Amino acid sequence: MSRPMLEVVDLSKTFPIRNAFGRRSGDVKAVDRVSFRVERGQVYGLAGESGSGKSTIARMIMGLTEPTGGNILLDGHNIAGSSRSREHRGKVQMVFQNPGSSLNPRRTAGQSIAVPLVAHGHSRADRARRIAELLEMVQLPADFAQRFPHELSGGQKQRVAIARALAMSPQLVVLDEPTSALDVSVQARIIDLLVDLGRELGLTFLFISHDLSLMRNFAQVVGVLYLGRIVESGPTASVFGNPQHDYTRLLLASVPVISAEEEAMRPVVPLINGEIPTAEQLIGLGRTRDAADTSIKGA
Amino acid sequence: MSEALLSVRDVSVEFTNYGIAAPVLRGVSLDVPAHTQVALVGESGSGKTVTMKAIMGLLRDPPARITAGQILYDGRDLLTMPPAERLKLRGTSMSMVFQDPMSSLNPVFTIADQLGTILKYADRRLGRGRSRRERMERVHEVLAQVRMRDPERVAASYPIMLSGGMRQRVLIAMALLSEPKLLIADEPGTALDVTTQAQILKLLKDLVTERGLALLMITHNLGVVRETSSYVYVMSRGQVVEHRPTADLFAAPREEYTRALIAAVPRLTGGMRLGTAEARP
Ligand SMILES: Nc1ncnc2c1ncn2[C@@H]1O[C@H](COP(=O)(O)OP(=O)(O)OP(=O)(O)O)[C@@H](O)[C@H]1O
Ligand SMILES: Nc1ncnc2c1ncn2[C@@H]1O[C@H](COP(=O)(O)OP(=O)(O)OP(=O)(O)O)[C@@H](O)[C@H]1O
Ligand SMILES: [Mg+2]
Ligand SMILES: [Mg+2]
Repeated sequence: MSRPMLEVVDLSKTFPIRNAFGRRSGDVKAVDRVSFRVERGQVYGLAGESGSGKSTIARMIMGLTEPTGGNILLDGHNIAGSSRSREHRGKVQMVFQNPGSSLNPRRTAGQSIAVPLVAHGHSRADRARRIAELLEMVQLPADFAQRFPHELSGGQKQRVAIARALAMSPQLVVLDEPTSALDVSVQARIIDLLVDLGRELGLTFLFISHDLSLMRNFAQVVGVLYLGRIVESGPTASVFGNPQHDYTRLLLASVPVISAEEEAMRPVVPLINGEIPTAEQLIGLGRTRDAADTSIKGA
Repeated sequence: MSEALLSVRDVSVEFTNYGIAAPVLRGVSLDVPAHTQVALVGESGSGKTVTMKAIMGLLRDPPARITAGQILYDGRDLLTMPPAERLKLRGTSMSMVFQDPMSSLNPVFTIADQLGTILKYADRRLGRGRSRRERMERVHEVLAQVRMRDPERVAASYPIMLSGGMRQRVLIAMALLSEPKLLIADEPGTALDVTTQAQILKLLKDLVTERGLALLMITHNLGVVRETSSYVYVMSRGQVVEHRPTADLFAAPREEYTRALIAAVPRLTGGMRLGTAEARP
């Protein structure tokens, strides 16, 4: 097998917890010895609980947060510990989770998209052409180049952020909830576009999302994070079709769906007082149950 | 009698930029009764957030201008009410959750400071007294209600120290602090994993059924719409194009636009055709 585009080995990140007086009173293990690899041209999906460390992993891959342990190999080169080099920036781009705060409020959409182009010495005419092309790709009218972020809807901002990430034709694109503010029809077109670009240019994607139905369709391989650790990973079809870990089952059981066919596909988890249990409850239940040697029945 | 707590009637809004006025809402009408969960769906840029801001009185004039219509809250028109009275309703009886969490959080204050301050002002407007300690208790209680694993740590954190979904839950907590009668939530579940989302939706549903909350939920997630709301409004290009009881909408969507929307939902069962950007209309 060829060298993977991205390899993450035993990656960890711990944040200090400070009390009201600014004194260190403990630690959050945001990411706890996480390892995975993403092959060239692949879409790797990262799912997991809110606060389980997904964005922190993404920021470490981008070189925006220093890991407290482990290594990140990008195209075979170790990037952990080194600051963001120009080469690294050319290779990896990211669409941030929150388009509202990742766009500079004082730059127009066109200026935001042009930032990486300016840095790489493209001429003014060249930039204007590229901006128009990118806006069209993300289904925005060309005159939106003149708009400031506050003049855009949530989904429009998100599309500007996607256009910016694609401006330099990177090799790896980290997508942190890239379509959460888009209606499903625009989302479908953007995902189509990403798949097409992936095929044409051989792009690799790390795709972070809470939308498991979308992940099922877009990612070939998935990893499920829970409390900073990967609890299950594998080809998407088998993880979704036959989830092994209790947390993965719980996640799939909670996906809101629009058809009876999909309802039938959701795993059945034991109800606690007639309600879907919380992750802690279910995993606590799993521990006591393991002792009794019975298992949850899937649908 | 079908008197809704909130009744938006024929509201039109335009934005003027560089001297050119562009209509963004064109005669939007919708009703949100007490004890009811209503969904507002529609394409990106169709005017959902602008509708919410119009209701809450948060559109800046200029560039925005409400050119026609009424917004009745409890039978009274918010648009002609004295500003002071309207201000008193906002954040007490009417609450909202914004689409973009960072825009409603102040980066230089801890979550406890921000929620505490909001509660203090809400109490003051309602002529209610509460000590600092009682306020902090209420803040921790609401943070636990929105399923924070560690409410004490979250309370002591600055916004930047929280994940996207944690910030979103802080916003929901903020909106629930003063026990509103009307809640408008703009994409409240987008940054949450489906399990946490289900629990938050359950919490909101309980407020609707048990406390009579009127809930208007703006969302792109049709699965959420189907599983939680009883009535749906579909917006496109600044207009409501279809509105029906939820079950009817999914059984037989009338408008071409709604049908296309439902057809574009990715399915958990897989099989979506991808990589055909050229071929799509
Ligand atoms: N700068 C920071 N200081 C302290 N704690 C932090 C910081 N950044 C993140 N954390 C903590 O690390 C944990 C993981 O956060 P992260 O943003 O990676 O979660 P996530 O998986 O992306 O969640 P979501 O799905 O809600 O976006 C959280 O508990 C968060 O509070
Ligand atoms: N200050 C402004 N100046 C000009 N146009 C604006 C301004 N604010 C919003 N708009 C436009 O009004 C339209 C409606 O925006 P709105 O934010 O209500 O959309 P939305 O339905 O909430 O979309 P999304 O689902 O993407 O959040 C959009 O086309 C947007 O570009
Ligand atoms: Mg995140
Ligand atoms: Mg919006």
